[in-house]
Amino acid sequence: MAASALVGAGGFGNWARLAAQQSLTQDQLLQFDTFGNVSLIHVTDIHAQLKPIYFREPEVNIGVGGNKGEVPHVTGADFRKLYGIDDGSPSAYALTYNDFSSLAKGYGKVGGMDRVATVVNAIRADRPDAILLDGGDTWHGSMTCFKTEGQDMVNVMNALKPDAMTFHWEFTLGSERVQELVEGLPFAALGQNIFDAEWDEPAELFKPYQFFERGGVKIAVIGQAFPYMPIANPRWMFPEYSFGIRDEHMQEMVDEVRAQGAELVVCLSHNGFDVDKKMASVVTGIDVILTGHTHDALPEPVLVGETILIASGSNGKFVSRVDLDVRDGRMMGFRHKLIPIFSDVIAPDPDMAALIDEQRVPFKAELEEVIGQTDDLLYRRGNFNGSWDDLICDALISEREADIAMSPGVRWGPSLLPGDPITREDIWNVTSMSYGEAYRSEMTGEFIKVILEDVADNIFNPDPYYQQGGDMVRIGGMGYRIDITKPQGERISDMTLLKTGEAIDPAKSYVVAGWASVNEGTEGPQIWDVVESHIRKMGTVTVAPNTSVEVVGA
Amino acid sequence: MEFTRRETLAVGGAAALVAMLPKGAYAATTEEWIAEFTGGAEMADAGLDLTAPEIAENGNTVPIEVSADGASEILVLATGNPTPGVAKFTFGPLAAAQYASTRIRLAGTQDVVAIAKLADGSFARASKTVKVTIGGCGG
Repeated sequence: MAASALVGAGGFGNWARLAAQQSLTQDQLLQFDTFGNVSLIHVTDIHAQLKPIYFREPEVNIGVGGNKGEVPHVTGADFRKLYGIDDGSPSAYALTYNDFSSLAKGYGKVGGMDRVATVVNAIRADRPDAILLDGGDTWHGSMTCFKTEGQDMVNVMNALKPDAMTFHWEFTLGSERVQELVEGLPFAALGQNIFDAEWDEPAELFKPYQFFERGGVKIAVIGQAFPYMPIANPRWMFPEYSFGIRDEHMQEMVDEVRAQGAELVVCLSHNGFDVDKKMASVVTGIDVILTGHTHDALPEPVLVGETILIASGSNGKFVSRVDLDVRDGRMMGFRHKLIPIFSDVIAPDPDMAALIDEQRVPFKAELEEVIGQTDDLLYRRGNFNGSWDDLICDALISEREADIAMSPGVRWGPSLLPGDPITREDIWNVTSMSYGEAYRSEMTGEFIKVILEDVADNIFNPDPYYQQGGDMVRIGGMGYRIDITKPQGERISDMTLLKTGEAIDPAKSYVVAGWASVNEGTEGPQIWDVVESHIRKMGTVTVAPNTSVEVVGA
Repeated sequence: MEFTRRETLAVGGAAALVAMLPKGAYAATTEEWIAEFTGGAEMADAGLDLTAPEIAENGNTVPIEVSADGASEILVLATGNPTPGVAKFTFGPLAAAQYASTRIRLAGTQDVVAIAKLADGSFARASKTVKVTIGGCGG
């Protein structure tokens, strides 16, 4: 940081130090000495979580290449040491995984868009012309969002009054619905990398950037949608669009807005953190990148050259406030705070609370029905497995009579604590999507290895531009060894069928059940119905520790 | 002003001539294609821009662009295809820009290589890895 002309401060210590007191107040969480002349408010990857939830951060999040050991690939005690966080403190609970169940009982749930509204309103009280930016993955991830095709989230977000938004999972609503919703938005829908697939020209529906005049500063916000939508999600649902990182075009846009007088250039990105880090080193002239997609929450900005990167978490758990001092057409300094939304501490905004409940009324009975109970912590985040996915894989093997199960390595989905009831809403929160059919098919051992190698390279390719974000496909019924330092084709070995202990035979066919296939015409029951049926039979769920993946080279 | 189809083609013809390369009868490998094009001359790293996606959205139709100021010819090779030769763009003296874009088919993850013959007769080379993946697990 010393090498930079920028002067920055994090407001993180303000709430970290409250640990000893074991008490938090809304004023403490919101405390911020207004700085400079521009304020940015960043929310991202909400995944349709309107109500407070639990959300456990990952234990395993391995960085590769130049990002080995760099944030956000630092977890647990190492993370706390890096940022000076005390064990058992509110920050430890919000940002790391250890002792999650017991800390969660003490500190309570996080998130809730009514609490987010309180925070946004408080920042606006300090700085009425603050810019609110939504990094996308907003119109996906819950039963109400699925059943209203994103309308519940649009209604709630419109009330929060963002200034601009970019996109990822929104496209899985299908391009027709996306067009309908985007055309009705009272704010800018941005994506400099959203192109028309046929003509390879910028798509008309999405503008590359939007200008704002705030605090006497001319600000350009450039949107960057998720680059790998047609690869990571089903291309057939939005065949009109093409994406990609397109950093040359990003540079053109930065140059264009600077030529038009932009004094501050903000990129609202859904690239994923490591991709943004690389892009910041390739594209010159971006002052702030508001990152998204990889769900990282960092209490301090990361500096790449003269660009600051902000990581604001997921599922409504955090709001970032970034105050900037912009003078003579230059960003001179910043002050930043990652505000954790402790939902028992921050009072819900009554208007927003009422609006949220209004969205849920038609589905209330369905949402609240208790299907079972869990004796173990259910969570998703982690490079190789999470207990929610272990449970989903168990459900697939049992309900679909399969040898092996595959569950996609997505990073959304809240956690449940030991002793919690499992409602239908909880099941949908970790499974809901527009292509949730649970397939059952035969695959050779060789093909299963090809899949694992392919997905592993999307996560562990040393060049971030070849990473799609997300985690390793979760495997049930089969163990394997992975050496993440090897190239594609050589990472996976020792594939073993757990029920017999035998090595997987490349030539033999196995019955594989999975969900979230990107292939058109996939048939099968919806995954949430499969999981519900399984949990109903179990009554009380237990998940044994998963030791079936041996990781080498981390 | 209206162009007839014939006139339009003539205008386009001044800009670039593209030859889809036949299956190489005498140049089978990437190295042989390059050797034949350059005559074994050295190739510079600068002077030629090759734009291609990092990860192909559809391996059957991958958009690529090449441009090299003052080039008379640009050769494009897909090094991992059974037949590496993709296209050779020839620019006449009246061409306003030495730029071409096309879509190519890639058999799998591989390096796409472009080589330009520049105005002074020297050669420039650019290469980019394009991943062709089965996809599926987005965050």
